Amino acid sequence: MPPLLTLDGLSKSFGAVAALQDVRLELFGGEAHALVGENGAGKSTLVKILAGVYPPDAGTITLDGQPLSLSGPADARSAGIAVIYQEPTLFPDLSVAENIFIGRQPLRSLRRIDLAKMRARAAELFARLGVRLDPDRPARGLSIADQQLVEIAKAISLEARVLVMDEPTAALSGVEVERLFAVTRALRDAGAAVLFISHRFDEVFALCQRITVMRDGRRVSTGVTQSLTVDAVVRQMVGREVSAMFDKQPAAIGEPRLEVRGLTRHGVFADIGFTVHSGEIVALAGLVGAGRSEVIRAIFGIDRRDAGEVLVDGAALPNADTAAAIKAGIALVPEDRRQQGLVMELSVERNATLPRRWALTRAGLLFPGAESRAAATWAQRLQVKAARLTDPVATLSGGNQQKVVLAKWLATAPRVLIVDEPTRGIDVGTKAEVHRLLSTLAADGVAVLMVSSELPEVLGMADRVLVMHEGRLTADIPRARAGEEAVMLAATGQAAAA
Amino acid sequence: MSDRAIRARGALGSWSAVMLVALVAVAVVGSLTIDGVASPRFWRFVTLEAIPIALIALPMTLIVITGEIDLSVASVLGLTCTVVGQLWVWGVSSLPALIAISLLMGAVLGAVNGLFVTGFGLPSLAVTIGTLALYRGLAYVVLGDRAVANYPVAWTTSAIKPLPGTTIPWVILVVAALAVIFAVVLHATPIGRGLYAMGNNAEAARFAGVNVRQAKFWLFVASGAMSALAGVFWTLRFASARADNGTGLELAVVAAVLLGGVSIFGGRGALLGVLASVCLLGVLRNALQLAYVPENTLTVITGSLLIASVVGPNVVGMLRERLRRRRSNAPTVSPSS
Repeated sequence: MPPLLTLDGLSKSFGAVAALQDVRLELFGGEAHALVGENGAGKSTLVKILAGVYPPDAGTITLDGQPLSLSGPADARSAGIAVIYQEPTLFPDLSVAENIFIGRQPLRSLRRIDLAKMRARAAELFARLGVRLDPDRPARGLSIADQQLVEIAKAISLEARVLVMDEPTAALSGVEVERLFAVTRALRDAGAAVLFISHRFDEVFALCQRITVMRDGRRVSTGVTQSLTVDAVVRQMVGREVSAMFDKQPAAIGEPRLEVRGLTRHGVFADIGFTVHSGEIVALAGLVGAGRSEVIRAIFGIDRRDAGEVLVDGAALPNADTAAAIKAGIALVPEDRRQQGLVMELSVERNATLPRRWALTRAGLLFPGAESRAAATWAQRLQVKAARLTDPVATLSGGNQQKVVLAKWLATAPRVLIVDEPTRGIDVGTKAEVHRLLSTLAADGVAVLMVSSELPEVLGMADRVLVMHEGRLTADIPRARAGEEAVMLAATGQAAAA
Repeated sequence: MSDRAIRARGALGSWSAVMLVALVAVAVVGSLTIDGVASPRFWRFVTLEAIPIALIALPMTLIVITGEIDLSVASVLGLTCTVVGQLWVWGVSSLPALIAISLLMGAVLGAVNGLFVTGFGLPSLAVTIGTLALYRGLAYVVLGDRAVANYPVAWTTSAIKPLPGTTIPWVILVVAALAVIFAVVLHATPIGRGLYAMGNNAEAARFAGVNVRQAKFWLFVASGAMSALAGVFWTLRFASARADNGTGLELAVVAAVLLGGVSIFGGRGALLGVLASVCLLGVLRNALQLAYVPENTLTVITGSLLIASVVGPNVVGMLRERLRRRRSNAPTVSPSS
């Protein structure tokens, strides 16, 4: 059987950075094919070429034996290639149904949009996905998980023959992942080719028949899943043995650093109280939508709190004053790095120095070079791969962007570090680096509060696990007693452990 | 935003240079080809005309960089003129007191804009179109269709007195000093960094501890005060306070700011480019008037320039990208640097 889609000799450079070099890949109908590799290995570039976003510098794309020239996303779509991105970009003010059918809404006479039909079709798609989403609600305010579901529904509605999924499961809960897999398998069995990009090996091994490994813009290998092991794949990805994923160093737990008392935001969360000590890593676990991100936003002063107080080293923070929170020593690495973590259009160095720009002044002024020097130090320490630090941060790969976010906050020498999904969508190698970094910081006396949806990460890193369910704290479990079951029970509200 | 748009905006950095070169070119070509452009009187006139526009363009540049706009500036100017005139009629005869009262009033008018934009989260475009009408209306309430013109000669000459040995009015020094202050704030302080950040992505700026509301509020206050200062100058220069003073001036200011390379979407631009474009538009306009180009044609030229300023950086960005691609096809060095 000939392959459905063939990529041959694909190359793409950005300035001096060669993102893809001579990549060959064959996708067969009825196949789910995993593409794995570290950040910056070239996966996202490959996806964007398939999506018609970037033209390749060299190489050919063949679909069904016909050479394909993709000069824009519309070409890719009409050729039957659908892409679900890592971080979806919906139109926030349009309804869910409108987002799905944007540009191809079902019409009534006189080219009026047939709202009822659109709604019905959207509902049908969601039923097929097994999810409960209201087609009429606006996309604004949807969780990342739900936004992705909308994207997936859209791809399915396009009857895509080639489905490219760029980390679709990063923000989905276990149940949602299972649903997605069921749909993906159905599509695959109906003859579609699925290119599945993920850092989660259990998913890769469960879903895909073949695995292609990329490293530094090149294809390292393609193999049949049955003949591979996780260790073998990881070795090929990093080109070396990976040390332990959760490299937790012993740390002396000291004085209370961050104290939260009776924190309430009406209708979002209520009466949240906990303490994070110096040297301690506390995980805040819970399902997507439990209110974890909202709690840390209120702690950091992004949102106003309706009641309660936040103390750092015993001193109370003013309400809704982020600058004061930063000054008191809190740093927040947010969940959505494109919208919250970084100003994509600004340079790497401007981003890296933004929170501590006041500290870099002399006589109130920023002299030339002050920011570049400060940024260069941290870029080097965290090994940020960028052609130039004056380039817009948007030109960096996802993992390197995350490193810039970390650099930006570590440079403030925080006493309380809050990280929201610190390893979402980043590769094994960088993940381990991030974990090591958090652990080192804790050992240096920083209080770390980590929001994470990845249970292995929570259990591997945390000294204590706080669990939230529907806006309330339902459990506070010490490391010794923290297990998957205990956390999941509290997260689903089925048991309130003390 | 697409990568291409980001690169196109990157090309704006050199837009100030383009403006300066264009300014020099227009001045030189004008002097050589149009009778009178080389004369000191011409430059005196250009400067007098550019001063109020420059005064208002300074805060406007910062406001547009944060992604907002203030269209009420010319109405603040007009209202200031009428208040100065009415106070003079009522017997306030101290110029410093009149200036102080004007600045205070301008600041309050600006604070009203700022409050609506930051306190109630309304779009500045809508708010300041509203106050554009409101403040102009108040100006008519103050003076009706009367004009106050009987100021002491000492006042009116003080506004336009030339620098010793030149024909250039000394007020240009005040403008220059204010320009330096605004440029330093924008380009060399943490405040300026925050303005660029919020213009590109207000949410990420907040997550980095930038107080977006506070900054925007004070920018509107500054805009009001500077417009009032321009109003005082206007009154004295023309020795006339009328309710319709400076009508439509907001468009001249916004045109200069945009032509100067400030992105209407926020987050991009430099003060030098704006100052150069204020001068460029002034020189061009006056030179063409000397060449007997009709008023309608002048408007067409200004409009075309404005469109060119929006298209220009995109074209520059595209050309650069193409050049870069051609170069990068040659053997490349290692990606790290």
